[in-house]
Amino acid sequence: MNVQAKIVRGRNKLGLVDVDIHPRPKSLLDLKPFMAQQWWDYLQTFGTRRRHGYVRGHAYPKAHPDDGQRLDAYPPEGGTQGSSVSFMQYQHLDAYGVDFGIMNPLGPSGQGDQNRGLSAALASATNDWQLECWNRVEPRLKASIVVPYEDAEASAAEIRRRAGDSRFAHVLMLSRTSEAMGRQRYWPIYEAAVEHDLPIGVHVFGSSGWAGTGSGWPSYYIEEMTEHSASAATLATSMIMEGVFERFPTLKVVLIEAGFAWIPSLGWRLDKNWKRLHMEVPHLKRAPSEYLHDHFWVSTQPMEEPEHRQDLMDIMGWIGWDRILFASDYPHWDYDDPTIALPPTLGEERRQMILSGNALALYRFA
Amino acid sequence: MLSDPIKAIDCDVHPAVPGMDALKPFLEPYWLEQVESRGIDSLETISYPPNSPLSVRPDWRKEDSRGAVKPATLRPVLDRQAATHAILNCIYGVHLPYNEDAARAFARALNDWIAKEWLDADDRLYASIVVPLQNVEYAVDEIERRAKDKRFVQVLVPAMGENLLGKRRFWPIYAAAERHGLPLGIHAGSAYRHPVTSLGWPSYYIEDYSAQSTGFQAQVASLITEGVFTKFPGLKVVLIESGVTWAPGFLWRLTKFWRGMRSEVPWVDRPPWEVFRDHIRMTIQPLDAPETPDIVARAIEHLHSDDILLYSSDFPHWQFDGDDPVPAGVPDGLKRKIMVDNPVATYFPERRAQ
Repeated sequence: MNVQAKIVRGRNKLGLVDVDIHPRPKSLLDLKPFMAQQWWDYLQTFGTRRRHGYVRGHAYPKAHPDDGQRLDAYPPEGGTQGSSVSFMQYQHLDAYGVDFGIMNPLGPSGQGDQNRGLSAALASATNDWQLECWNRVEPRLKASIVVPYEDAEASAAEIRRRAGDSRFAHVLMLSRTSEAMGRQRYWPIYEAAVEHDLPIGVHVFGSSGWAGTGSGWPSYYIEEMTEHSASAATLATSMIMEGVFERFPTLKVVLIEAGFAWIPSLGWRLDKNWKRLHMEVPHLKRAPSEYLHDHFWVSTQPMEEPEHRQDLMDIMGWIGWDRILFASDYPHWDYDDPTIALPPTLGEERRQMILSGNALALYRFA
Repeated sequence: MLSDPIKAIDCDVHPAVPGMDALKPFLEPYWLEQVESRGIDSLETISYPPNSPLSVRPDWRKEDSRGAVKPATLRPVLDRQAATHAILNCIYGVHLPYNEDAARAFARALNDWIAKEWLDADDRLYASIVVPLQNVEYAVDEIERRAKDKRFVQVLVPAMGENLLGKRRFWPIYAAAERHGLPLGIHAGSAYRHPVTSLGWPSYYIEDYSAQSTGFQAQVASLITEGVFTKFPGLKVVLIESGVTWAPGFLWRLTKFWRGMRSEVPWVDRPPWEVFRDHIRMTIQPLDAPETPDIVARAIEHLHSDDILLYSSDFPHWQFDGDDPVPAGVPDGLKRKIMVDNPVATYFPERRAQ
C-alpha cells in the first residue's frame, strides 16, 4: 500500500510502536568504519556467499527495483529507500507519530553467510552502525542485535556484548536458518537472550541452503513469499518439539513478516499429532499449542486478507489479542499504513493493543 | 457403475501390501529376478513407520500388525462406519526408488495387485492409479494402461516429490488425467528427494508428519501459479490427508501476493482462492481442529464452499476414534454433501449426470 492516508504530524503518546522498520546503508562504505581491515578487504574481494548463487540480487527477483522497496520512498538527497534518517522521519516516523520503531536490518548484515568470520564481522558492524548512524540521530528507533546465527557461540558473545545497552530491543535472526531453529546448535543464542530477557525477533527470509519446499525449488517470487509461513511454522514446530521452551521457559519469540493466519491451524495440528505421538517427545510437558501461545508473538504486516472480515477476527481471537504487534515494514513495497492497515471491525481497545500496548508490554523501551 | 445404495463413499482407505512377495506374481521376469537376487523385500516408507501409533489405529491393528492386507479385513470397518463404497489409495513406496525402470515395474505390479486382490474381490471398492513420477512418460503410460478399467478413478502422487507438481515437465500427466476424467490425488508423504521442510531434516517423526501440510501448500501454490488449471480447465485435484484447516489462511495469503505480483504469472487471471474452490477438493480426515464443535464449524465455514470436503476415514491411520469419521461440529446440512454428493461429483461425474 503506497497510498498515504491522513497525515498527522507530531507524536502520539505511546500510541504507535512499529516492530518492523528496515534501515539500509547508503552503500557498504557506511559499514567500513565498524569493520576490521581484514574483513573489509575480504568483503571487497569475495563479497557475500549466502547459500544461493547470485552475486547481486535475489534468487527470486522482487516486485520492485532496489530490493523491493517503495517507489515513493527515495530520499530527496539521493540514495536508496530507507537510507536517510531525515526522510524516514518525514515519510514515516513523524507522519504517523511513531513512538518507537524497531530496526531490523536485512542486509548486507552478514546473516547466514557461509563464511563465519565474515558473518560475525558484518553483524557486529551492523550493530554499531544502527547505534551510530540511526539511534544516535533518532532515539525513537531501537536497534536489533544482529547475530551471525549459524555460529551460535559468536552470536552469544555478540548478545552479551550488547545486551546491557537498552538501545537494543531484541536479538535478530532470519527465518531460513541452515537447520530448524529448535536444534541444539542454536541454543547458546537463546541462553544469552534469556539471561538478559531479550526477545528473539525472527524476520522472514535468509537462505537455508535447502530447497524452498519439500518438493524442490518453486519457480516464482509469489511462491517464495507464500512459503514464508511454512518456514515460520517449521521453525516454531522445531522449537516446540526440541524442548527449547522447557529448557528456556522465559524465552520469547517474535515472528516478523510471517503472516499469522496459519498459527491456529498449526497449533491444532501439532496437538492432534502429539496426542498420538507424545512418546517420541517425552520432554514436552504441555500440549504444543500451549508453547505456541505462551512463547510466540506475531507482527501484522503482511497480514492475510480474507474475503470475509469476520474470518480474520476469528483468527486473531484464536491466536490471542495480546500476541499481535503492529508492523509497517517501511520502506518495502508491501508497506502497511498504520492508519488504514488494521481491520476497522477491531474496535478501539484491540486496535490500541495491536498498535502499541502489546509491544510496550513485551519490549523494554527506554 | 456405482452400485446403490450410496450412503457414504470413503475417499481415503489404505490397503497394506503384505510384502514384496505379494507383488512378485505381477513383476516382469527381469524385476522378479532383481528383487530376489538383490534382496529388495520392502518399499515401506518412513512417512508411516509401521509401528508408529499414528500409522495404525489400535483397534484396527490386525494381521501382521497392519490394518488390512486383504478386503475381508476392511469390509467390517467400512460396514461399521456405514460406508457403502471406498477408494483405495495404496501408499507403498513406489515413489522412493531412484531407478526409473524399477519405479515403473513396481507401479505396474502394485496396480495389478490392487485390481486382482482387491477390486475383483469386492465390487464396492475403487482405486487410484499409482504412477511412477520418476519418469513422466512412464507415468502417462501407466495411466493409459489402467484408465480403461473404470474401477480406477484417480491418479495418485505423493505430496512431496523431486519437483513441484505445477512444473511444466509434469503437464503430460495432467493431459492424460483430464482426457480420462481422472482427478489427480495428492496424498501425504514424501519421496524424500529433499528434506520435508525448507529448513532441513527434522529430528522427530512428529515434525515430519506435521510438515506434510506445508507440502500440500507448496503444491497448491505451484499448481495454481504455474497455470495448470488455465491449461487444463477440466482437471480436478484432491488433497488427501492434508489436514484441511490450513487452507483458508493459506489461500488468503496466496491471493494477497497474487494481487501484488500477478504480473509474474499473467496467465492466472482470477484470484487463487477462486481457482482453488473450482478445482481442488480435500478429504476430511485428518481435520486439524480441536474437539470443540463451534471451532470446527467456524474453521470449515472459512472455506466458503460446500463442495470442497470429501468423506474419508484415512483407514488405518489413527485420526479419530469411534465409527464416525465426520467430526462433531460439521453442520448437518453439509454432511450429505461430504459423504455422497461431493465424492460422486469428484470421482463419478457420469453418475451425477444421470
